Amino acid sequence: MPLSPTNKPKVTCHDYLGQELPLPAKSSLVYLSLIAAILLNLLPFENMAAILRPDFVALALLYWSIHQPQQTGMSIAFVMGLIMDVIDASIMGQHALAYCLLTFFALILHRRLRMFNAFRQIPAVLWMLFLAQIVVFLTGTLAGTYFPEWYVLLSSVTGALFWPLISIILGKFLKQRTDPDEI
Amino acid sequence: MQTPPRFFRLGPSPLAKLFFFVLLSIFIMIADHRSELLSEVRRVIGTIIYPLQQLAHTPFQLRNRLERYVSDFRLIKEIDFLRREYLTSQYKFFQLKALTAENKQLRALLGAAQQTEIEVVLAEILHTPRDPFNRKITLNKGNTSGVKEGQVVIDDLGVIGQVTQVYPWTSEVTLITDKDHSVPVQIARNALRTVISGAGRNNQLELRFLSINADVRNGDLLITSGIGGVYPAGLPVGRITHIEYDRSREFARIICAPVAGVDRHRQVLILIASPLTTFEEKTKHPDAHATQPNQQTQSHVP
Repeated sequence: MPLSPTNKPKVTCHDYLGQELPLPAKSSLVYLSLIAAILLNLLPFENMAAILRPDFVALALLYWSIHQPQQTGMSIAFVMGLIMDVIDASIMGQHALAYCLLTFFALILHRRLRMFNAFRQIPAVLWMLFLAQIVVFLTGTLAGTYFPEWYVLLSSVTGALFWPLISIILGKFLKQRTDPDEI
Repeated sequence: MQTPPRFFRLGPSPLAKLFFFVLLSIFIMIADHRSELLSEVRRVIGTIIYPLQQLAHTPFQLRNRLERYVSDFRLIKEIDFLRREYLTSQYKFFQLKALTAENKQLRALLGAAQQTEIEVVLAEILHTPRDPFNRKITLNKGNTSGVKEGQVVIDDLGVIGQVTQVYPWTSEVTLITDKDHSVPVQIARNALRTVISGAGRNNQLELRFLSINADVRNGDLLITSGIGGVYPAGLPVGRITHIEYDRSREFARIICAPVAGVDRHRQVLILIASPLTTFEEKTKHPDAHATQPNQQTQSHVP
């Protein structure tokens, strides 16, 4: 019996060969998607919808730093964070800090995460979104506001569930136009 | 030494970048929390995102308009109701007019200061923050409509809050349920004056410094007392819902529910030119009320 860590390896050579080689995104596409994300965050929902609404800006930043790490960086995340701080009327820097941490982990893990399809990426995305949200609340608590109810964290869960949809939509724009065998 | 080709050059390592940005954001947070340095930056960003805000608001506005066209039947009913309401309030209005005239005359006789007329601006709630526990809302009127920091925001039932940040076309309102926000009030029944503050949770208000033997009852209506000059007198603020006497504490724990409903309406009124706008410096430090008792006790000690 051959020695192998598992009988059914999770990552096969097919995963490497079958990996799509998307073209580098144009920076205009990155900015447009981020503006669209801000727009989605600005929609005036009420009550339950407002609590469950995922942070689309965080999702877009995550997507770009996992799939196109050359195109985004922490500086964009920082600026987006400042904009979100103004929108959410929180202390300047709260969201900036959270988004920078988010981008950092995405940049570190992007090679590993790209091995999986969008659905298998959900757990990783979930903990990263949780981290970002908790950072925002903790900094708020330090500044004197109080810690909100637990169910606010549900927006991270819906965010993670939205992840496949967002990767598919943004991935459409990055559709590879050449056959890998031809290169 | 040859520089690597562009593709492999990724700049400083993510950890170094993270370190830099974390330090920067912590610095910014401290600067924003402790001083007014960054309010200009905030204003600039607020101006830039205004078109986006407006754009995000349009589908909801359109839906409202559509609903208005569709619900003809309800409209007829509503018009009927409003017409009746108008007639009854017209009578009250005449009465009020007579009273105002009489009051003016009496004040002139007494030589008391004239109360200035209060102008109002109708504004719409543009955006409530994603975090529902953040007690701030954004309105669609700003500097260009004459809105200034410190002005009072009400709806048809009572006080909602106070303008704390003004952008050219929008403004930010801190609700009275915010933990750091205080309103000078009096109990309508017996004119007992006190200060009401936001409890910071569950849409509640708190009367913090009322002694155990104070005359308060469940269901008492609290109206603004007009002391402090920020809030004009007589606006309803809250209703006492729960009183708890704890012998181990000096003060009673009194919980109130706000009268006005922010979730119920999209339209609010901003009171422009409230009687003493020079007092608005005071409102920038919401804990000013909290420090007042300390100063008093200090002056009593020597």
